[in-house]
Amino acid sequence: MNEVTKIDGIGSSVRRTEDKKFLTGKGKYTDDINRPGQVQAYFLRSDVAHAKIKKIDIKNAQSAPGVIGVFTGDDIAADKVGGPICGWVVPCRDGSATKEPPHPLLAQGKVRFVGDAIAVVLAETAEQAKSGAELIDVDYEELSPVVDFENAGDGAQIHDEVPNNCYFDWELGDEKATADALSGAKKIVKLRVRNNRLVPNAMEPRSALAEFDNLDDSYTLHTTSQNPHLTRLVLAAFMFAIPESKLRVIAPDVGGGFGSKIYVYIEEAVCVWASKKVGRPVKWTADRTQAFLTDCHGRDHVNDVQLGLDENNKIVGLRVDTVCNLGAYLSAFSVVVPTYLHGTLLSGQYDIPAIYTNVKGMATNTVNVDAYRGAGRPEATYLLERTMEAAAREVGMDPAEFRRINFIPKDAFPYQTQVALQYDIGDYEPHLDKAMEMIDYSNFETRRAEAAKRGMYRGIGISSYIEACGLAPSAVVGALGGRVGQWESASVRVNPTGTISVFTGSHSHGQGHATTFAQIVADKLGIPMENVEVVHGDTDKTPFGMGSYGSRSLASGGSAISKAVDKIINKSKKIAAHLLEASEDDIDFKDGKFVVGGTDKEKAFGEIALAAYVPHNYPLETLEPGLEENAFYDPTNFVYPSGTHIAEVEVDPATGVVQVVDWAACDDFGNLVNPMIVEGQVHGGIAQGIGQALLEDAHYDENGQLLTASYMDYCMPRADDLPSFKVGYTTTPSTVNDLGVKGCGEAGAIASPPALINAVIDALSPLGVTDMSMPATPQKVWKAIQDSQSVAAE
Amino acid sequence: MGEISLKLNGKVETRDVADNTLLVDFIREHVGLTGTHVGCDTSQCGACVIHLDGVSVKACTILAKQAEGADITTIEGLANGDELHPMQEAFHENHGLQCGFCTPGMVMSAVEMVTKNKDISEDEIREGLEGNICRCTGYHNIVQSVKAGAAKMGGKN
Repeated sequence: MNEVTKIDGIGSSVRRTEDKKFLTGKGKYTDDINRPGQVQAYFLRSDVAHAKIKKIDIKNAQSAPGVIGVFTGDDIAADKVGGPICGWVVPCRDGSATKEPPHPLLAQGKVRFVGDAIAVVLAETAEQAKSGAELIDVDYEELSPVVDFENAGDGAQIHDEVPNNCYFDWELGDEKATADALSGAKKIVKLRVRNNRLVPNAMEPRSALAEFDNLDDSYTLHTTSQNPHLTRLVLAAFMFAIPESKLRVIAPDVGGGFGSKIYVYIEEAVCVWASKKVGRPVKWTADRTQAFLTDCHGRDHVNDVQLGLDENNKIVGLRVDTVCNLGAYLSAFSVVVPTYLHGTLLSGQYDIPAIYTNVKGMATNTVNVDAYRGAGRPEATYLLERTMEAAAREVGMDPAEFRRINFIPKDAFPYQTQVALQYDIGDYEPHLDKAMEMIDYSNFETRRAEAAKRGMYRGIGISSYIEACGLAPSAVVGALGGRVGQWESASVRVNPTGTISVFTGSHSHGQGHATTFAQIVADKLGIPMENVEVVHGDTDKTPFGMGSYGSRSLASGGSAISKAVDKIINKSKKIAAHLLEASEDDIDFKDGKFVVGGTDKEKAFGEIALAAYVPHNYPLETLEPGLEENAFYDPTNFVYPSGTHIAEVEVDPATGVVQVVDWAACDDFGNLVNPMIVEGQVHGGIAQGIGQALLEDAHYDENGQLLTASYMDYCMPRADDLPSFKVGYTTTPSTVNDLGVKGCGEAGAIASPPALINAVIDALSPLGVTDMSMPATPQKVWKAIQDSQSVAAE
Repeated sequence: MGEISLKLNGKVETRDVADNTLLVDFIREHVGLTGTHVGCDTSQCGACVIHLDGVSVKACTILAKQAEGADITTIEGLANGDELHPMQEAFHENHGLQCGFCTPGMVMSAVEMVTKNKDISEDEIREGLEGNICRCTGYHNIVQSVKAGAAKMGGKN
């Protein structure tokens, strides 16, 4: 064995082992993979938002050059292939269930959004498939499109199964107690906020390559997925009714997900189906416009908030009424995102004695809305932190101090909120204090005055957030309507020479699991990290696992690995006891060595591994040979990262441009395995949050046409839109898992939008501006400045 | 259809392709070098940036035919055997990549930027990366990487 290098262990910013292939162009993303004889698929999509299909004429397309086959919804229906499913449903206030309309793989009689797939054309080349599709004649009877989700109940009914276009009307909390609390409040702060609709925009467009092997009647699908095992389960069990063993799903290198690659999309299923139909591999890759039109979008809420305060400015009650847009069909997590991943977070970091929320999920003629980085928690944080800032202003308190007096005190943990969750641990003042120090909060007014001399409005804004992640205790998930378990799996195989292969059910699409997971194993076994390989993304290799989303990979997937390693150590102790002729109880494991306590008798980990596979001197009568263990880790609670982000901005009144001039993020993620990777996650999350707050907005016109369907129209954050970020940490290790870890993937996107908007409002507060909606575009900001001046002039 | 011949990472590649073939498709589909990526269809994302006669170019923006006879370097041709280019090394050292999809374009843009301006400032880096979109990193560590790469390439900032 090599010399142990502690630098590899938990807590070290080890450089990523997966980097080199990406830096040299050797990454293998789905679209980089080709198969001999493959055909290319192109999907003909609806260009109207809502219509009955009277007739589809595919005749001319079928005889177009290079075209191998043209198929419609009738062909799919003839083979009795099922559609995508919703992974989590909730009960309605009236006791009824979530309305779940069918979602055919290719349209059946009706189209429900611009981009809804009508037919698939398979051809020798992508260009021929596209040209062939142009020859398909679709005769529509157009229906009135439903776009405005707040008034969707009055619109044309989109699904027969969904009266009033309302998928669900759900509630959480004690309505009466909250009403009583609010009626007794000294002050009620009211705010209406909109959480703008976003497009996740992973840089790698979705892609699928399906092959059918007629020798053993099995399929292989390469696809852009965050959860290949879930994809296999949905395709095999719900769509094709085939044994899972007949379908191998591989999610190779995946170029970002952010929630948009959880759902099993119709294109993946159609490619699988078509690969058997035409007897050739079928490949499909979205262009960016298709991605905008058909990837699940995120957010899209309107929230009415009432926050009650007593005479000491302590919060006495909170009521939130939310309407959210779920689009044309329900998708994987679309129902749980605005309900149990949103309503349960409304207590934030605050001690709120009464909370009630009602959420209505509406159907519209827009593409599905599903999880997007943060998924429900950014929406909860945004409405709460906007309201906290507004309340502080109304009562004339410093926003930091107003938060401080309402924080859940450090000694109140575990803390039971009024919205179902029990926070195991937290300590909120230290990260507020540290973030204030990092941004030099106390001298802000000097900077504001200096900016004013330059004709600029400078503002500062705080956001103290909490999130529940590390999905999740399966029993809780089941009780709340989830249709899957939320444990995670790991298999740890010790090879005969003592090197390790780790097989994880998590999936990395940028998070660096190959490095972080190897660090955990190296640390626990006291071996060099380069002796550990991490395998993920292939259902033929890895144990059944739930994949990566909801900041769950380390807390759940890492914990499963940790447990499997514990089993390895336990078995190794037995082997060591035999080899060292000692009692198992006397064996200590430290720094990669099994030592008989109080003696110099020891065996290195590698010697134990060899003995397990060459069991010539081995307790075979009581112990199996080999050294490989599985673990399925089901968490007992969510983990609760928290933190405070503070944004500082300057607004140019001449142009309305908001410049982010400084950013301090102080987060409590529990123990950190690789601080460098954690910091990168924080940076990326903040950038997406700033994108939401300043730049991004998915906009459908009244006809249901997506006006922002390219990078020319949808404003992605670019390098010169953003500052460098100051990132710091406080630490309260999670009590839920042995590693003491929480989750860091979504925090930045959760924390940042309200910090930014609060800063913009603060900057414009001398003008009397009290509200600003996202995105705070130059035009909107400029108009707010103009309006305030005209009010002042009156 | 027509024959196109160009030098790709030091090797002459000749293919018979349709006249409307984009350079990026020539590289990815016809030669099979898949390190150059396609992330959009409006020449905005920069995942397909290559060097054409030493100039960084979005390979989705020109036809293969326009590159006839050109000397092209893609991300696969940047390292010297197993030895990474200083800019690749800097991205590794500074965690300048996450999912890796935008990375080839980022690195190729960065190399050209720094080749032209070794003492490049942070503002110039941010402005210079306008044509490359990354969704993962928030650019912070990419900017640090380019700075570090510039220093390795002889810059003074």
